Amino acid sequence: MHDKVVRRRRAVLALLVALSLLLLTAYFGESSGGGLHAVQRGALEALAPIQEGANKALKPARDLFGWFGDTLDAQDERDRLARERDSLRGEVAQLQVANRELAQLEGLQELNTTGGLEQYDPVQARVYQRSPSTWFQTATINKGSSDGLAVDDPVVSGQGLVGKVKSVSDGNAVVMLLDDQDFGVSALAPRRGEPGSITPVAGSGSGELRFDLVDDAQRIRTGDLIVTAGTSSARLPSVYPRSIPIGTVRRIETGGGDLDREIRVTPAADLLRLDIVQVLTTPDANLRADAGRAGTR
Amino acid sequence: MTITARAVGRLAALGLLAAVLQLTAIAQVSIFGVPADLSPLIVASVGFLTGSVPGAVFGFGFGLFYDTALMQTLGVTSLVLTGVGYGAGRVRELRDPAHGLAPVAVGAAATAAAALAVTVLQFLLGVEAPLSLQVARQVLMTVVLNTLLALPVYALCRRALLPYLPDDPRRRRRRAYTTGGLSPLSRA
Repeated sequence: MHDKVVRRRRAVLALLVALSLLLLTAYFGESSGGGLHAVQRGALEALAPIQEGANKALKPARDLFGWFGDTLDAQDERDRLARERDSLRGEVAQLQVANRELAQLEGLQELNTTGGLEQYDPVQARVYQRSPSTWFQTATINKGSSDGLAVDDPVVSGQGLVGKVKSVSDGNAVVMLLDDQDFGVSALAPRRGEPGSITPVAGSGSGELRFDLVDDAQRIRTGDLIVTAGTSSARLPSVYPRSIPIGTVRRIETGGGDLDREIRVTPAADLLRLDIVQVLTTPDANLRADAGRAGTR
Repeated sequence: MTITARAVGRLAALGLLAAVLQLTAIAQVSIFGVPADLSPLIVASVGFLTGSVPGAVFGFGFGLFYDTALMQTLGVTSLVLTGVGYGAGRVRELRDPAHGLAPVAVGAAATAAAALAVTVLQFLLGVEAPLSLQVARQVLMTVVLNTLLALPVYALCRRALLPYLPDDPRRRRRRAYTTGGLSPLSRA
């Protein structure tokens, strides 16, 4: 009995496999106009209305599942786009920083070549810290005495004077900015030929400077450029080379008398956004050159 | 399974319904990037419930209908699903797995075997597509999806064929107990 069942089972399987292979071979062997193809086309014609009806009837269910699928896909897409956005945002930030640094480097390069700062052995440094205090305006840079920096060395950016080295360690230095309450520099309005002194407006918080001790303040006009005066007397040498831009006259406040004038200057350098600066490590290079020339004469 | 005209009719209706459902709705919904393929699941479930011979015959018929409806090469799906139905039936006949999750394993194995067999047959028949990782990924995802669907599909098939199935000893025991009969414990 068992053998009969096994034989029958195997016979059915063999028959079905043989039928399948026969169909396969015959289907492959005939042309597209052959009998099996014709039967297939006929069956398709017969089945088409059923399939069409089922297709319409099942459309809501399909749409519902499709909606789930679309929602899952949309979530995946949202996550992917969010990652892409974050990545691009990072790239944009990097590019903006790089762009800003490039602009600053270009400014420094121009100042070195056209402003003649190359003779002062400039050392490029990066600002990595800024004092948050209103009263003590300092910045810390990543170069120090091992790079040739010394206290009182002038610090410039691509736009103009930034300040001077306040203290120096082996690999870092603190820069006193123009608007620090202890800062002062002899200055000149080159267009009018009026010398004076630049001091900060203490506690203004706006980086504003004051141009005072001017002999003939009435000659100064809004928009006049103010630059470092440099050393005019060998007895009183200035730590700043001459003709470094300090800022422009922003406004002139007049008091009760003709001589009572307060000249406000906006720094040329953007003191709030300093990234790359240069420290002039031999600020007296021009004086030494002048002295050398005088000696040879 | 008791082979009667009504049972054959029920099997044919089940196959037709499943094939139409597969072709008109399920094949058009993709989950995990692939549509589910119920055909090996249905055939394996029927084979697992009814035995190797009915399973093989059902697989052959289902495959033939499938190939006809899709205008595919006649015989390919028939051959594959005949093997699937027969294999699933033999698992029941030889092992009679009692575990509730056995249909899941059978469904997963049937899907994987069917996908592999169809791929091999297509290449033997001269499909000149490169065997890429994309194909492997699709097959894998289909197996995963079908594994998830195996249990509900099996339950539906079992429900459809229940009147023609031999009495399950576990079901008999449960019915005896729930319809007021004495539990084995109270008898003791």
